[in-house]
Amino acid sequence: MTAIFDVRNLKKTFGGLVVTNDVSLSMAPGDRVALIGPNGAGKTTFVNLVTGNILPNAGSVMLCGEDVTRLGPTQRVRRGLVRSFQVTRLFPEMTPEEHVALAILQREGRSGRMFASHRAMPDVMQEGHALLSRLGIAHLARHRVSEIAYGQQRLLELALALALKPKVLLLDEPAAGVPQSDTARIEQAIADLPSDLAVLMIEHDMDLVFRFAKRVVVLAAGEIIFDGSPDAVTKDARVRQAYLGSYADARSVA
Amino acid sequence: MLSGSDTLSVTGDRRARLTRDAIGVLVILALGIAGYFLFPNNLALLTRITAIALLVLSLDLVTGYCGVATLGHAALFGAGAYGAAIAAAHFGIADPIAMLAVGIIAGSIAGLVSGVVVLRAHGLPQLVLSIAIIHLAHEAANKASGWTGGSDGLAGIMPDAVFGLWQFDLWGRTAYVFGIVLLIVVFVLLRQIVRSPFGMLCRGIRQDPVRIRAMGGSVHGTLVRMYIISGAVAGAGGALNAISTQVVGLDSLSFTLSAEAMVMLVLGGTGSLYGALIGTLAFLWFEDVVSAANPFHWLTIVGALLIAVVLFAPKGLYGSLASYFEHRGRKNP
Repeated sequence: MTAIFDVRNLKKTFGGLVVTNDVSLSMAPGDRVALIGPNGAGKTTFVNLVTGNILPNAGSVMLCGEDVTRLGPTQRVRRGLVRSFQVTRLFPEMTPEEHVALAILQREGRSGRMFASHRAMPDVMQEGHALLSRLGIAHLARHRVSEIAYGQQRLLELALALALKPKVLLLDEPAAGVPQSDTARIEQAIADLPSDLAVLMIEHDMDLVFRFAKRVVVLAAGEIIFDGSPDAVTKDARVRQAYLGSYADARSVA
Repeated sequence: MLSGSDTLSVTGDRRARLTRDAIGVLVILALGIAGYFLFPNNLALLTRITAIALLVLSLDLVTGYCGVATLGHAALFGAGAYGAAIAAAHFGIADPIAMLAVGIIAGSIAGLVSGVVVLRAHGLPQLVLSIAIIHLAHEAANKASGWTGGSDGLAGIMPDAVFGLWQFDLWGRTAYVFGIVLLIVVFVLLRQIVRSPFGMLCRGIRQDPVRIRAMGGSVHGTLVRMYIISGAVAGAGGALNAISTQVVGLDSLSFTLSAEAMVMLVLGGTGSLYGALIGTLAFLWFEDVVSAANPFHWLTIVGALLIAVVLFAPKGLYGSLASYFEHRGRKNP
């Protein structure tokens, strides 16, 4: 498989502190990769480097064979690199219907139109409703986001990402803060993601990681210390030492 | 596929929204006609209210819809006023439609310039930049007295008849009707724009610009576009003021007017366009009544009214009414 997303030797320093050191990560369409690591491992910095919110000191980010290292965040989104947020970022006064319509129109370059309502665009309305139904929130289409439950807001966050038809999707702790009762639906939605989409999930919840990922990448102190199968990750000595040790202990106690 | 009921609800929605806008237009029209017959000696004041309403609508576009804090919005209004006035006084462009067009273009350019400057910053620095702009514009107009008449104001504006048919008369009837028609046209256009995908994008930017960027949307470009539209609307208001009063003074380019426009917008309620209209009407009408009734303490009374509104109806007159009815509508569907 050819890589659709290829991070090569990425390096970032803040002052004298190396926060991302020679990180390389390659993904093919359909990949399901989980990025894990203890607090302070540099996961957030890595996400910001990949999405273009901060620029690296060295290394490159390739998307569909194109070098996007020097491009800003919006340019990368338009090329198919889409992220979701760890804490939902939605428009509280707008409805889910408006959210997905805006995302679809944005994708198609029609969001600057001034003399038509999205409601008068049957193609946008159909696609939007299909997307909301797929995530099981179509019945909330006309409610204000501030009035719907957090679990459903997380689903809408996913719907927004999907409406942009990404090639590479970065999920930043998609189940964070969601009550237990709703996590199953979010996991289902993640399992149902398009099969040709490359998904990189940053996650703390190891149960979710093991159910989702075909491949696990472990980041510690700014470096990738493991890149392999979920089975192998628990047996890896360095990973145990850096990260899973404390987790395994906690688990055996519980 | 869209099912039959969905299609119905889409067209039903559209009808509901069109009905609401039609009601809005009818209310403006009815108030306009009532004003014409009830206050025939006060048409100049009513025309001024109309011109200021355009300024406040324009402010609502950037503040209410985009969340940009500005206390320098009269710069756009003043640009339109001086643009139209200079065209008439120095270049002999006396056709009111042409003067209006010049005002709109001047306002748009002022909108572009102040948008580019003001949008460099956020929050309090943004507010300070906007204040700097209005002071600079005021000072520039004061110094360029050869063009603007400086502190004496620019007189000698003699607009021709509208379409060669309706002369501007001593009682201000033509100017008044001209203003009301202009307001209705602008209002209908703006309702379209705020409902459009572009308007939705602006509302999104106000609520979470980071999310808009994560969708691939351009925050700065969108806001600058809205600033230009806002400038066009304020410029139209300024031109109307120039045409109707036939003199333009530095007060149309003042910090006071900018601040008052903001007060009117907050009084009526932001982000609906209706609030801007109601706020302007309420503020200027109240100011007129109170200043006539009590010339010594009227500012105190206006201040007390504002405090009352902000405390008891923080969403403004229209915003509070609208949310009251929305609340009631939900209780008794």
